[in-house]
Amino acid sequence: MFRYLAQRLVAVIPTLIGISLLVFVAIRLVPGDAITTMLGTEAGMLTEKQRASLEAYFGLDKPMVEQYFSWIGRVLQGDMGYSVRHGKPVLTLILERFPVTFELAMLSLVIALAIGISIGTLSAVRHNSMIDLFGRLFALTGLAAPNFLIGTLLIYVLSVYFGILPNAGDYTDFTENPLKNLKQIIFPALTLGFSFSASVMRTTRSAMLEVLGQDYIRTARGKGLRPRAVIFGHAVRNALIPIVTLAGVELGYLLGGAVIVEKIFALPGIGRLTLNAISQRDYALIQGATLFIAFNFVVINMLVDLLYAAIDPRISYVSKK
Amino acid sequence: MSLSRILRIVLVLAVTIMGVGVIAPAAAQGGNTLIMARAVDATGLDPHTQTAFASLRLLELIYEPLIQADENLNLVPALAESWAFSEDGLQLTLNLRQGVTFHDGSAFTAEDVIASLARILDEATGSATRTNLLSIESMEAPDDYTVVLNLTLPDVPLVAALSSINTAILSSEVIASGDPTADVVGTGPFMLESWQPEEKTVLKANPSYWGDGPFVDGIEIRIIPDEATIMAALRAGEVDFVMFNDPLIATLPVGDATFTINRAPEISYHALQLRAAVEPLDKLEVRQAISCAIDRQEVVDVAALGEGQVTGPLTMPAWAVSLDELFCYEQDVELARELMKQAGLEEGFTLPVIAAVAEPPTALSEAQVIQEQLKAINITVEIESLEFGTYVDRWLAADFVGAIALNGGRPDPYPMYSRYWQYGANFNNVAGYIDDTLDRLMKEGQVETDPAKRYEIFVEFQKHLAEMSPWIWLYTGYTYTGQQAYVTGFIPTPTGSIYYLSQVKLNR
Repeated sequence: MFRYLAQRLVAVIPTLIGISLLVFVAIRLVPGDAITTMLGTEAGMLTEKQRASLEAYFGLDKPMVEQYFSWIGRVLQGDMGYSVRHGKPVLTLILERFPVTFELAMLSLVIALAIGISIGTLSAVRHNSMIDLFGRLFALTGLAAPNFLIGTLLIYVLSVYFGILPNAGDYTDFTENPLKNLKQIIFPALTLGFSFSASVMRTTRSAMLEVLGQDYIRTARGKGLRPRAVIFGHAVRNALIPIVTLAGVELGYLLGGAVIVEKIFALPGIGRLTLNAISQRDYALIQGATLFIAFNFVVINMLVDLLYAAIDPRISYVSKK
Repeated sequence: MSLSRILRIVLVLAVTIMGVGVIAPAAAQGGNTLIMARAVDATGLDPHTQTAFASLRLLELIYEPLIQADENLNLVPALAESWAFSEDGLQLTLNLRQGVTFHDGSAFTAEDVIASLARILDEATGSATRTNLLSIESMEAPDDYTVVLNLTLPDVPLVAALSSINTAILSSEVIASGDPTADVVGTGPFMLESWQPEEKTVLKANPSYWGDGPFVDGIEIRIIPDEATIMAALRAGEVDFVMFNDPLIATLPVGDATFTINRAPEISYHALQLRAAVEPLDKLEVRQAISCAIDRQEVVDVAALGEGQVTGPLTMPAWAVSLDELFCYEQDVELARELMKQAGLEEGFTLPVIAAVAEPPTALSEAQVIQEQLKAINITVEIESLEFGTYVDRWLAADFVGAIALNGGRPDPYPMYSRYWQYGANFNNVAGYIDDTLDRLMKEGQVETDPAKRYEIFVEFQKHLAEMSPWIWLYTGYTYTGQQAYVTGFIPTPTGSIYYLSQVKLNR
């Protein structure tokens, strides 16, 4: 098992290097640099000397190849560079923002799975009934409605009809004030959770339908097991594999920061950090954040594979002697 | 523990948390700190190099220039109590305010003024406003509270240039041995306590401020990236004061509200820039035809929901010319068609226009309205929407034929347009057009000391620009601020500056 994990981790390194190279080159190909984004059209008023001075300040004056190797060298030592805009090391910024994104992602996932699996199971068990119809309608709405629409509507309803706004730019960490923090996170989590629960619901429903048609389910029923035991003891567990795959992919995406929801609900997460960095051409921060997000995806992929082994006894990563 | 139990526990937890979210009471508002929200944060803290509006709005609370433009764009004393040009206009003498201290307690004297201006003139600093101070040949301080600037020519607009926050006075000590991009030491009504970029800025009132106020203990500026959420925060009473840009947001609150939205006419202008360097825009008739075919009021009404006023080249009330004196400000499609015929382009042509997404928020809508209007003279407008950084890059490289722009205004006409409309100007290529008349008027306008004559020069300047039509000037929008009913004393300004927050009281 540990050999398997070690092998997977080592295989990650070439992927990350490839990503780092891709991002490094891609952002430098985009027109504009930190100077033009900071000054806008005023940048045209600079003399040659002024521009050279600002380029040195932003670290833009060295040749690309030199910049890349000096950056990657430092990354391997744990130094992801410095964000001139924020005046802080890149790694510090990422680690400051990540807990917000992580909390939002986990909560959204939990909500999505809770709603999605329940409704999906119900739909599958009461196949082709009214409940099934409502379930499928629910899924359709969740899939069709963009999450910025749901988020904006939620804020509108809350502020106009309830006179409250959970987060007015005053984000508080969970460790500082758990109640206030939950109040701020719950609505963005609901927005994201609702959107994602639709996919979970559909996957659960189709996986469950397939499983419920299997012979061993008929056998279990034939043995006289109560319906609840059949569904939860046997059916759901077998239907979990596609759900786990879906959840893994969605978690990876969420840990990259749900930019739109973060923007609407004013959450200082990784998504907004990266997006602003791109608009401001903050190269060190873009590179660092992208690498971090890629690394998250890799870790989640690994965890999902391990989870398969936990769910399905037929899958095993232990090498047979 | 079976799966069903786990799922039930999770469902209960979820419902509980949701209930908590709705029922738990909001944080109690109180205290004498002004809670403010805006969507865009400052991009840096150096007043000499920062040009983004979002940065200037913050810096105007902390730093001060020698001269200030008030809410009517009159130049009034700030750190300089009075000033005067010599007879020949080659010397500007500034008498400094006494008894002013920096936030670190050190005294404000002529030394700080000279150090600050020298820093701007030093190319290593990278200050874009340096071009406005190039007439300064040397500087002297006959005593601690007098500064004499020796000029290479009678630079009348220099006084207006010194009213920009980009010429703010920094402490000479910080310039010499500190880092002005990070050590924030000004003379303004508020002091910087902390700055978390893209999140929160905390300002404290300056107890030894030389002027009136501040009457609040401090300001907490929160960044809420979505302007609709800012409006929701105002509605829910979570914030006291807000700033926003999107005119569509301004039209949202209707009916009975406990807060007010302030609108101050801007001096920045929306324009369709044309580059006469590119065919067929090199033909005067074509440019004039475009000007005549466009219904500027319709652009305001449709793209900005009526939130704006049609304008000529100079947007400041003291300099603006009546619109009926400008060429084709009344839509005349017949004349437009006639002009296109004269140019031999009845069948029209394709006009590619670049626009930045969301900068300003109305950019694409403006382009679309113009696209519709120009169909009447067979011009097919192709809109290319670009991300802001890309737009700026192409704009600076003059890599466009038409561009929807929102360009900054100034209290004085010379710094507003000197970069475009004279030979050898920085943005000659971007402007795409120059002629002898414009160059002459610009140069005369810089050195004419008689205010009445100067006014006439710039009247002629505007009429000539409208007639030659190198650009189509469209409209000026508003700077928007919003405040709760208990916030009193704020005066919005046409430059967008919020320095009157120093006069604000919270009457809860």
